[in-house]
Amino acid sequence: MAGLATSLGAGAASNSFDQISEADALLIFGSNTTEGHPVISIHVNKAIKNGARIIVADPRKIELVKWADVWLNLKPGSNIALLNGLVHVILKEGLYNRDFIEKRTEGFEDLKDAVEKYTPAHVHELTGVSPEKLVEAARIYAGAKNAMILYGLGVTEHQTGTENAMAVANLALVCGHIGRPATGIMALRGQNNVQGASDMGPAPAAFTGYQPVTDPKVREKFEKAWGVKLPSKPGLKSVEMLDEAKKGTFKGLFILGEDPAHTDPDISHIRQALASVEFLVVQDIFHTETTRFAHVVLPGASFAEKEGTFTNGERRVQRIRKAVEPVSGKAEWEVFCEIASRMGYQMKYNHPSEIMDEIASLAPIYGGISYARLDQGSIQWPCPTKDHPGTATLYQEMFSRPGGRARFIALEHKGSGEVPDADYPFVLITGRRREHYNNGSMTRRSKGIMEMFPEELLELSPADAAKLGIKHGEMVKVSSRRGEIKVKVRVFERSQEGNVFLAFHHQDVLTNLLTSPHRDPITGTPEYKSCAVRIEKL
Amino acid sequence: MDGKQAGKLIKILINQKQIDCEEGKTILEVCREAGIFIPTLCFDPRLEPYGGCRLCLVEVKGINRPLSSCTTPIQDGMEITTESENLTELRRTMLSLILSNHPNDCLRCEKAGDCSLQELAFIYDAAPARYEGERWDLPKREDNPFITFDPNKCILCGRCVNICKNVMLKGAIDMTGRGFHAKPDTAFGKPLSPENCLFCGQCVSTCPTGALVEKPSARTGRHLSVKKVKTTCSYCGTGCSFFLNVKHGKVTKVTSDYDSPVNKGNLCIKGRFGYEFIHHEDRIKTPLIKEGGKFREATWDEALDLIASRFGAIKEKYGPDAVGAFSSSRCTNEENYLVSKWVRTVLGSNNVDNCARV
Repeated sequence: MAGLATSLGAGAASNSFDQISEADALLIFGSNTTEGHPVISIHVNKAIKNGARIIVADPRKIELVKWADVWLNLKPGSNIALLNGLVHVILKEGLYNRDFIEKRTEGFEDLKDAVEKYTPAHVHELTGVSPEKLVEAARIYAGAKNAMILYGLGVTEHQTGTENAMAVANLALVCGHIGRPATGIMALRGQNNVQGASDMGPAPAAFTGYQPVTDPKVREKFEKAWGVKLPSKPGLKSVEMLDEAKKGTFKGLFILGEDPAHTDPDISHIRQALASVEFLVVQDIFHTETTRFAHVVLPGASFAEKEGTFTNGERRVQRIRKAVEPVSGKAEWEVFCEIASRMGYQMKYNHPSEIMDEIASLAPIYGGISYARLDQGSIQWPCPTKDHPGTATLYQEMFSRPGGRARFIALEHKGSGEVPDADYPFVLITGRRREHYNNGSMTRRSKGIMEMFPEELLELSPADAAKLGIKHGEMVKVSSRRGEIKVKVRVFERSQEGNVFLAFHHQDVLTNLLTSPHRDPITGTPEYKSCAVRIEKL
Repeated sequence: MDGKQAGKLIKILINQKQIDCEEGKTILEVCREAGIFIPTLCFDPRLEPYGGCRLCLVEVKGINRPLSSCTTPIQDGMEITTESENLTELRRTMLSLILSNHPNDCLRCEKAGDCSLQELAFIYDAAPARYEGERWDLPKREDNPFITFDPNKCILCGRCVNICKNVMLKGAIDMTGRGFHAKPDTAFGKPLSPENCLFCGQCVSTCPTGALVEKPSARTGRHLSVKKVKTTCSYCGTGCSFFLNVKHGKVTKVTSDYDSPVNKGNLCIKGRFGYEFIHHEDRIKTPLIKEGGKFREATWDEALDLIASRFGAIKEKYGPDAVGAFSSSRCTNEENYLVSKWVRTVLGSNNVDNCARV
């Protein structure tokens, strides 16, 4: 999200999901939309039925490839090279939007210089994508009247994740494919309230509404509202807190509804870090890999047991409503009020609507949002005032950067932090499956889902299976420099030769024992999408 | 939807009342927007109009036969009548024909109270016994954990087949057979499997009768006796809205919110069928405190006092840089806000992060 924020202003999707079906061309980049976001893929299906041209950029032959005009089957970790290549072709063929670039952007000359060497031939060497396909994709995307890019974690979960997102923005900006209905960039968010959790500012450098902690004016506003002096120094990112814990310098941690010992990369490192914390509190609805490290476990309330709001991947703030009583008697918002009050800071709200009123008073993008309005219907931020209808399409007039212009950023191909070699010859890509969710603690407790989708399977290409003498259904050991797991094989043409795929939903196949310690230096986002592994038949 | 070009405004007469509407819409769309009731069985706004059930027939001045309103676009100056003796008789006949090959076991049917056929039979006073003839006596299909199919209750509206093929682009089911033997079915009548079916339950969400119903919620509560709580799904960032069906303090089923701007009644397998965790026996029910390497149950007061005192002591001893919190993308905005506020005001640190980055 930092990438889009740097290029365009806001770390959020620029348009609404229902506009996807109105686009003439869709570039689906690093998103297995059909499985990761099944209902968004219904909008994609509608676009397909409406005759939209479809470009899929993904190392895996995902289901959408069946409907694609072009499949850009890039090697994992070569996103920037591919996107620079598309921009290169668009500039060479004169398909760019000169008017838009002049009126609404800055830094075009830097971009032009940077992409000069990304010729189709060079891009072929770096990405494995044929020059013909690159040119065809560039022509389809640039030639469309309304084009949208849908991207997923295949863009962001790389050590160059932030730059990958900037490269996506460069492509859209060169063509002027942003700032209109059915024309823009949709960053598809993973968990239900990732957008909201980002907006609300549990973030080391920003208060609620992306307002920097380093800005004295902002601090003053929050100090006045909260009645205490606030620290000006940005804090540690989650991954850094764990690093410091392992070193022994970070001592007390509260983990709310998260399972890093299952879902963070390089689990052995995480386990050591969690074991080193002097006092760890974990609040969750089920026992997880992480709760076992806790000194105190608090019961969480599920979404059905409390009032509140979630913000979805199109910036839409929606209510959740209490249907049944919390199993433990308390919702998390009540628990935090009680802890704060016990520590001498009075925190009291009679209802979550009062918390939203406080959020609205402090964060301009939520300024006009209240429960009374949300009960009439959901609202997309920015919604600065009580009479503002909310915003379906961002950037129609200007970009939310200083000066109002979007910024081109010159980028170079860097590749993945870990690449295959003789010892670890395969690239492991990780991701999601439609039927399961995250650490699986919820979906694995559905009888029907477990009956039909009981176990994790390693996806191995038919060519690699033949080479290794491994048959469908056989058990293998998958090992990386960090750990090993045992898993059954699915011989599946979805994987290209040299790549294998695993999801991370099952506790008996802890995929993240294998994943890479490399991270994006800006956001700290781990490189889940690419690490080197070895596969041995058992 | 601001991506769509607004059509030209034209004037039509519906039941002698003038209505301004956008060119390009169908008679049915305009009537629904204007709050004028037209009965339908094969219509679902998520699907292309099919015009098969013949219930949405209306009279248009100058045309000597009734037209299906779901497939007829409006034209400037059109004069439309939606209710007349003739239309009522046509509709009653259509419904009676359907009922002549229907179990009419509303007393025992899951769908009673939420069934379009039942509702329309009531409105038009259609009698099941008006036409006598052969009836289906086909076996009920319960060969997967999510969906029960009772072909005897199928009215051949085609919606399930249509939504699977044209909205989901799957085609796990299709119309098979001819004439009296026509019915939607799986390939070769085999059970649905993960190879061909997403188990999204879209077919269930569009079925107007009790032919396709959710299996896990069978016999847990009838439509009218169940409380429906509109909420937002807790899986993935799409943010589909739906109704939690609640009976005796338990969530028994998830049903579609057809008016949601995000998902328009559509859901995936997780949203529609993944709610069992809410009342699962594995839920953590009380605070737990670890003693001697083992967790023991504790009261809220005990646990919260311990948390307050330990965080206070660690902050005192090592400073605010040594404490912090991870917030959760699964929790609400309000909770995320409070975590941020707690860390900053009480712990005096900016060591607070969400899991968006991991």
